[in-house]
Parts: sequence; C-alpha cells; structure tokens
Amino acid sequence: MRMSRAAGGAGEGLPTGPDEVRTRLEETGYLVDDGLAIACFLALKLHRPIFCEGDAGVGKTSLASALAQILGAPLIRLQCYEGIDVSQALYDWDFPRQLLHLRAAEAAGITDADRLEGELYDRRFLVARPLLRALETQPSVLLVDEVDRADDEFEAFLLELLSEYSVTIPELGTLYAESPPVVVLTSNRTREVHDALKRRCLYHWFDHPGFARELAIVRRRLPGVTLRLAEQVTALVQALRAEDLLKPPGVAETIDWAEALDALGATELDAELAVATLGSVLKYREDAERARGLDMTAILAARGA
Amino acid sequence: MSTVTTTADGPAVLVGFARALRAAGVDAGPDRVQAFLGALDVLRPGLRSDVYWAGRLTLCGNRDDLERYDRVFGAYFGPGPDARGRLPRPTPPPRLRLVVRDTGPSPAPAPRTEQDAPPAAALASSTEVLRHRDLAELTAAERDQLRRLLAAFALHGEPRRTARLRPARRGTVDPRRTVREMLRRGGEPARLRRHARADRPRRVVLLVDVSGSMAPYADALLRFAHAATHGAPARERARTEVFTIGTRLTRVTRELAHRDPDMAMHAVAAAVPDWRGGTRLGEMLRGFLDRWGQRGMARGAVVVVLSDGWERGDPALLAGQMRRLHRLAHRVVWANPRKARPGYAPLAAGMAAALPSVDAFVEGHSLAALERLAAVVRGADYA
Repeated sequence: MRMSRAAGGAGEGLPTGPDEVRTRLEETGYLVDDGLAIACFLALKLHRPIFCEGDAGVGKTSLASALAQILGAPLIRLQCYEGIDVSQALYDWDFPRQLLHLRAAEAAGITDADRLEGELYDRRFLVARPLLRALETQPSVLLVDEVDRADDEFEAFLLELLSEYSVTIPELGTLYAESPPVVVLTSNRTREVHDALKRRCLYHWFDHPGFARELAIVRRRLPGVTLRLAEQVTALVQALRAEDLLKPPGVAETIDWAEALDALGATELDAELAVATLGSVLKYREDAERARGLDMTAILAARGA
Repeated sequence: MSTVTTTADGPAVLVGFARALRAAGVDAGPDRVQAFLGALDVLRPGLRSDVYWAGRLTLCGNRDDLERYDRVFGAYFGPGPDARGRLPRPTPPPRLRLVVRDTGPSPAPAPRTEQDAPPAAALASSTEVLRHRDLAELTAAERDQLRRLLAAFALHGEPRRTARLRPARRGTVDPRRTVREMLRRGGEPARLRRHARADRPRRVVLLVDVSGSMAPYADALLRFAHAATHGAPARERARTEVFTIGTRLTRVTRELAHRDPDMAMHAVAAAVPDWRGGTRLGEMLRGFLDRWGQRGMARGAVVVVLSDGWERGDPALLAGQMRRLHRLAHRVVWANPRKARPGYAPLAAGMAAALPSVDAFVEGHSLAALERLAAVVRGADYA
C-alpha cells in the first residue's frame, strides 16, 4: 500500500537497495556515503527512525528534506525546545469552535448532555499538530529537529509515539498510522538524549566530509561558482577544521562562504579576501583570531598548484 | 567489496560479535542485536560493508561507541582490504569496568600552617562563632553542637517548570475543564478555569569525597548530606541522592535513609570501604556517569561535588568526565573546603582540570559556607 502511495511523487516507489537510495538522493542534490545510504534504506524498509547526531551544519536537517523529495512525501517538521508539550507537538482541541458548537446546540434546543459531549469531542474539533499530522499523512517524512533541546518528559512521550506509531487521545481513543512515517531525529548533542529513545533508532554520526565529497557537494549546490574558487574554499575550510576551534565550520558554512565570495564577483581566493569574508565561516571572535594567524597563502597555494 | 564469513552459521557469528562488543563496553543489548539481525536480513549479509554499517547503525548509541565498534569489528572480522584508514585507526583502550582498589598512601595533606589563622572573636555568641569556624579545627564539644545545627538543614533543588499543567488560579485558560464546566451547566457561560505550569524541585546529587585529604570534613559533610535528604518534605525526599567517592564509588542514599543521624553514620561507615584512601576523581566520576548519571540521575539535576580536588589519576580524564557531567546536569556545583584558606588558588591538578565545567565554585569548610551552598543549590545567584 505504501508503494502505490509513494508512486505519485518521485515515481518509482520504495528503493530496492542502498545503492538506489544513494542515486535517488543524489538526484535531489544530497550526496551521501555508504553508511548514510544504508541507514536511509533501513529506515525506509524497517520503519525505524534515524537518529542523526553530529556538529551543526553537516546536513542532518537537509537529510529529511532530501528523503521527502525522493518519496514525494510532505516534510513535517517539529522544532523542539525546552518545555514543549503535547498541545504544541501532538494535538489540541479547537476551543472556540467547541464553544460555537455549544451555542448552536443550545439555540437548537438540544439538552442531552451525553450526546452533546460526544459531539464536542469529535475529530473535527481536533487541531492536529506536527506529530499527529505526520501519523495521519501517508506517506510523510517527520523531522524532529534538535530533540536535545526538549526535556525528559517530552523524550518519554516521543519514545511511546515512536515505538507504536499510535496516539491515544483520552476523549477519542487510539489513532494508528496505517503506514508509519519516515522519522528523522536530529541532535546537536548539547545534552545526552536518553538511551531508551536512541535504542529505538538507527544511530548515525555525521562526520565532516572529506575534501572530494565536500567539493562535490559545493559544486552540486552552487553550479555557478568556478571550480577553482570551490576548490580553494573547500581546502581552506578543511584546514580550518583541523585547527582546535570552538565551533568548527560545517558544510553549510562552506556553501555560505563560496556563495558570499561568488556574490562579491570573486573567481579566485587570496589570503586578503579570505580574511575579509571570514565572518561567513567562523562565528566566534577567538576562532577568527586563530584563523588570522594561519598561513592562508600557503594553504591556498598547496591546493591551487 | 570483500565478503565476510557470516553466511555459514550467520546468527551465531553475529551474536558472538555483539558479545565481543559488550565486552568492549558498547551497550549492545538484546533488542539492539535483534535490530542488527533484522537489518542484515534486508541487506546483503555476505558483504563486509553492509555488515559493518548495519552493526554500526543498530548497535552503537553514541559517538564514543563508534571507536570501540571499529576496533572490535576489525578484530572480529579481520582487517578490511580497503585501507581507507577508518578501521585500522589506533583507538584508545577499552573503558574500564572495574575500579582498581588503591592501597597506596594518601597524598600528603596540605601544609597546616595556614590553619593557625587568628581565632574568631571570642566574645561573639558561641553559635555565631561556630558558624564560621573551619570544621577541621573543632573540638569534640563543638562538634556535638555542630551536629545539632546541621540537623536543621534542608536542601531543596532549584525549582524547574515542568511540562505538566496544573489547575491554578491564574494562568492560561484551561479549555478542557472550562468546556466541561459549561457542559455541566448546559452551555451557560461559566467561570473560566485556568491552569499553569507546575514547579518541581530538581533532583540534587551529592558526591562526597571521603579520601584521606578530606578526612577532617567527611563526617560533617556526610551529616550535611543526611540532613539534606531528610529536611525535604516526604514527597521530595527521593530526589536527593548521595554517593561517596575515594578509590571506590559507593551509593549511600539507602544508608542515609535512617532517620537518626548517628545510626545513619554507622550504616554509612559500614558500607563505605575506602575511608581515608586516595582519590581517583576522574575514574569515580566516570563510574558514576556510566552507571547512574547518564541513565537519568544526573539529567537536569543539580550535582554537588564536595571535594578538595586532589586527584591521583589523570587530570585529563577528570576534565573529560566533568565536561560530560556538565552536559548532563542542569548545574554543577563544586564545594571545596580548602577554598576558604587564605591565599588559596585552585592549583591541585584535579581542581584546575575540573573548574572549566563547574557552574559554581563555593567553599564548604564551615556551617555558614554550607548554608551558602544550600542557597546556591536552591538557585541563588552565585556571587
């Protein structure tokens, strides 16, 4: 049943193996390595959430939108924050409409309290928040972003939801997902997420990509940038990552930087220009100072030769 | 692409692999192993890279596991032909499961010269003087008095807002209760019912150093811990946990449950095997985090370390574990009785390593300092 639904979008149904996942993700402009291709394939096949951990800007969130593209499914995003609760994440009752209904019932002279209550807690008065929407929409990709920001209670609740793919609403009963959504959880590791939640998931650690793959990503995302500029920017970012920085730049920063330089009309990078635009990659003063101390000309020359 | 010999008697080999992983310190429980087998079922189990990734995705739970996983995988299935550098990377030694009992002599306590500081003004009330006296210098009679004062202590964790809503006088409108109330009145407008977020005190975890260099303070600090667990209302009592650290990590929460302080102290003395030994703060902290902290005890809690920071082990390990603790806990408080000494600087290697991950660094040498500590735990600003 899944296959027929997904066929409406990208057109080919569920991928049959990790290699197909990889090629189809690459068609959307998202380049993956062996591990991530296998992770995505298993997530689709076994209906297990993918738990993505890694530094900021390595492509955890974009994975979800790439997956949504290849499945032709809507991406439903839930951004977590401290104190997030069920009425913001799962569902809420539409209070004004319930009241209106009550007034209408009163005007019609209905006084049967039991019947009124049954009508009042009907599905049509329920406002679906992202999690419920993801269960009801098939197929769909659910992105639970930065789950490390939510608190323990919410994790426990998420655990219940992800193990059964069902939701119990006291007034309505239990709602099941006919076919579970593809779930991507991301964490920046500001806090350890509970082991019980991780155990439900496929754990994937996002490393920074190597030179060749990062260059390919930049080229793919920014086709207008010259090869030379892309190479130099990538080489410089890779060199910066090797330094002991407070916040090592991610792929997102590499793309930002190349884009910024391209907007300035640059086709080639030199040390002076690099220092002037360093704000695109390094977001701490200490890091920027450290980078200024580097011999950028040498790094650029090594790659440019 | 190379193959591995898993096809012959597949599951047995794979379960053996999981067992090897567990021995190396990866928490690969039965459910994870089941997920691993399930994943291989839909992949190509003859292919090395598929086995590698299926295991890595299902059996590992955090980044530290990955190094161990690579090492065990290399040892179990033989080194890979693709020398991309991932598998043969030299890896740190496996996580130690047992802590070695340290029998060596404790480090020499700090020179006592600065203890001969001028005594406090003799004419102030005796309680007032006692409040500020260094615990290490008390006479037996003064200790008795101190115990009575300590017994009046209560330690409340800093309140935190829960995600749960409780009926309240003011706050946002509670639609469910309001609508039910209106229903009861047949749709007539009723008084709006409201609810608000509830506050709950955070859990407090006390780690009391009972090594030789802390000997003069250990008894008083444990009594402080006892008072702290009993001062709270019954509903919150379970939220304070006490551990002793030295060369062993001992959970003494249960021993301290005796209502009578002296009984409790006897029980603790019987339970703690390492009074006045050395200190391996880093290893102890790792033990605490592995066995209790990470599973939930330290999460969002206020963690108080009562120690002088004398570290016999590797300060780098302590620094790493303190960072880990800091990521888990809401607040990390370090109380160091030696901080009150004139001219104190956190030079002890352990102390210096731990400080970057400490939110509040306070004294802990006198009753007044312990009151101050209680205020910091309650959420008072650290000044």
